[in-house]
Amino acid sequence: MSKRLTFRLMVFFIAAIGLLVAALRHMETGIPWLPGQETSIWLVEARVDFSADGGAITASLSLPENPPGFELFEEQAASAGYGFSLLDGERGRRAVWTKRSAIDDQSLYYSAQFIATEEEFNMPRDGKRPRPLPVFWNDAQSTASSELLARASETSSSPTSLTRELVKLLNMKPADQNTALLLSQASASAELLMQLLNQARVPARLVMALYLEDARRRQRLTPMVEVYTGEEWLLFNPQTGATGVPPNLLLWHRQGNSLLDVTGGRQSRVSFSMIQQSVPARQLALAKNSDTLFSRFGVHRLPIEEQSMFKLLLLLPLGAAVVVFMRVLVGLQTAGTFMPILVSLAFMQTSLLPGLASFVSVVAIGLVMRSYLSRLNLLLVARIATLIVLVIFMISVLSVIGYQLGYSTGMIITFFPMIIIAWTIERMSILWEEEGPREVLVQGGGSLVVAVIAYLLMENPLLQHLSFNFPELNLVLLASILAMGQYTGYKLSELRRFRAMDEG
Amino acid sequence: MSPAWISPRRLRNAGILGMNSRNIEFIGRYNDRRQFPLVDNKLKTKLLAQDYDVPTPALHFVIREQHEIANVAQQLAQLDNFVLKPAKGSGGKGILVINSRRGQHFIKSSGALLDIGDVQRHMSNTLAGLYSLSGAADVVIVEDLIAFDPCFQGYSHEGVPDIRVIAFRGYPVMAMLRLATHASDGKANLHQGAVGVGLAMDSGRCLNAVQFDRKITVHPDTGRDLGNISMNNWREVLMLAARCYDMTGLGYMGIDLVLDANLGPQMLELNARPGLAIQVANGHGLIPRLRHIEGLPERRRIEAAGRVDYAMRVFSEASLAQ
Repeated sequence: MSKRLTFRLMVFFIAAIGLLVAALRHMETGIPWLPGQETSIWLVEARVDFSADGGAITASLSLPENPPGFELFEEQAASAGYGFSLLDGERGRRAVWTKRSAIDDQSLYYSAQFIATEEEFNMPRDGKRPRPLPVFWNDAQSTASSELLARASETSSSPTSLTRELVKLLNMKPADQNTALLLSQASASAELLMQLLNQARVPARLVMALYLEDARRRQRLTPMVEVYTGEEWLLFNPQTGATGVPPNLLLWHRQGNSLLDVTGGRQSRVSFSMIQQSVPARQLALAKNSDTLFSRFGVHRLPIEEQSMFKLLLLLPLGAAVVVFMRVLVGLQTAGTFMPILVSLAFMQTSLLPGLASFVSVVAIGLVMRSYLSRLNLLLVARIATLIVLVIFMISVLSVIGYQLGYSTGMIITFFPMIIIAWTIERMSILWEEEGPREVLVQGGGSLVVAVIAYLLMENPLLQHLSFNFPELNLVLLASILAMGQYTGYKLSELRRFRAMDEG
Repeated sequence: MSPAWISPRRLRNAGILGMNSRNIEFIGRYNDRRQFPLVDNKLKTKLLAQDYDVPTPALHFVIREQHEIANVAQQLAQLDNFVLKPAKGSGGKGILVINSRRGQHFIKSSGALLDIGDVQRHMSNTLAGLYSLSGAADVVIVEDLIAFDPCFQGYSHEGVPDIRVIAFRGYPVMAMLRLATHASDGKANLHQGAVGVGLAMDSGRCLNAVQFDRKITVHPDTGRDLGNISMNNWREVLMLAARCYDMTGLGYMGIDLVLDANLGPQMLELNARPGLAIQVANGHGLIPRLRHIEGLPERRRIEAAGRVDYAMRVFSEASLAQ
């Protein structure tokens, strides 16, 4: 009996410590219990990687300057041993890192907080009227571009409509030979559009923009084109022809020639990580800059790339607790113990309904394929490997079909870990053969129910806020998992299973 | 017709053992994990049983490698009937029963015809781990087919009826007979649709019978009255179960055995995590019996025969009625 008591005391202490630390953190750093109203604070981190030659290094990265729709709140750079300065000049705002000598792989970080502003997305007017940039073509290109421009200008009346017509011509399928020639020699269709507009004496410039999505890592910039309409700069999406800045688009690089210059290094590239904060900016700044124990050991001190990973990782205990609850207390059967958590993580990236639809359809098609495979008399390992290859084909085909139909949802399924899908299909088909289709529905349905419940909890903004800003609350979850692990009472499903005992 | 749900209080009053309680209070407490491989691997169980002189169907040969399958036709040529089993299979998965042969074909217990290719594929799948837990590599056991004891004639459809006994600390505490039906495809698994018949511990008479968790009185395929079932060598059955405890040392164990017409009770396999459906088949919960055995003094160590006599007396039909 005393063993039981110590266990209960331990569970109680773990939960109490979690709550206590969370309360202390709240009092010490002022991070609120509830997510803030102003939810659109973006922490964006640019990471410059290059391989140094051994000599002096100068790396300069273009920075956003008054990006429309956002206000720069705070910025900092972190790179050991480098001199850092922010330059504001002819070529726009740039971050410059310098070092006397360095060798091998180097990583430089620049991070900034942007607050989404509610105001209209008006483009700021420049002081003086910009001039078109000079364009250099070879003979063939020059003929092709003149013909293309002639066709576009025939059906347009203003810089805006000219741009739209050009976007249409450039994206026409199949491309006519002029477009094909120009596209084959340009690095991106945005660049080609920019050159064509400048040739038509319409001032246009290439813009590098960043799509903001929560907890994304290793993102690249998307090239876009800004066209001077005579009054203001107007942003064009070179693929769709859409104008204006969407609310989740941050214009990172707008002025000057290059996004990134590195002298003294090779293979330089820049990638971006970002995270959406639910803590009011002021408190976050306080929490980060104060010198308390909490801020020093808080997740906020990590680079944003790691933070966005932790944001997902710290939600996993919630999923694990859901699985324990559903299996121990409710008695739901699932295929594979923790498979539902992995599926719900995938749902987090795809959003629920498209993810559910594509998962179910891929597994269903896979089951049909598997029934043919079983006639081929293959060894188990080879059969699963075959299934993985077929699943990849299937997903590719679905993605292509989806894309042709105009849905990007087809792509979504690629986020699902391939092996999980293949294993699920294999397990389900064995279940089908051994226990019949009913058991497949019971276990498959059970897994999906658990996955959906875990997903709904993990998507909850309050729980996301708490798990990320108060990681110690996961101790409370741990305590509840431990307590459930000692539950010896009946499961909900057993109340149904043993109903025959009621007959007397 | 029974209601859709039963209240937890009634379930507790009936003494029903739930899965959480079974896992923590009985399997976790009385079963040493190190002994699990002895029962999870049927080949090990069989060899152990031979050492302890516990009767079990004769082992013909074992197939361990894929390349041995090519020559298996010659080895099978001498056998008229046989059973293929994966050593690590669970829940009756992967067991292939061949009743007889017709020319080049093998006849399954369901009457279906198989050729040598089908048998070889089954072996190949077994070796690759299709039927074992978490797909681990496995071996195929080829053993003797049980000669159906005629006392169950008409009670089982397309399959050998088997008896499950739960033994706790070596005392048999509950038993049931499992009868294959058409719905269960010749298998004796209750959740696949086999009939479970609860047996009185003192006599082996039928107490109660269920299929798909519902009470029945006659076999759904043959129409025989299940109430007439009884066994003449009941004490032998319980003795076999009690001796399996001495063999493995597992405190909470399920013993599956069959009655052979010539050889008497034969141990088929042991289970360190026996299911709970036996309680529904008996119409009684396990908890009171388990608590009774748990209450016996630790130092009370008696021979299998003594434990069987004790269980037959304490858990008799008459003492249950009181």
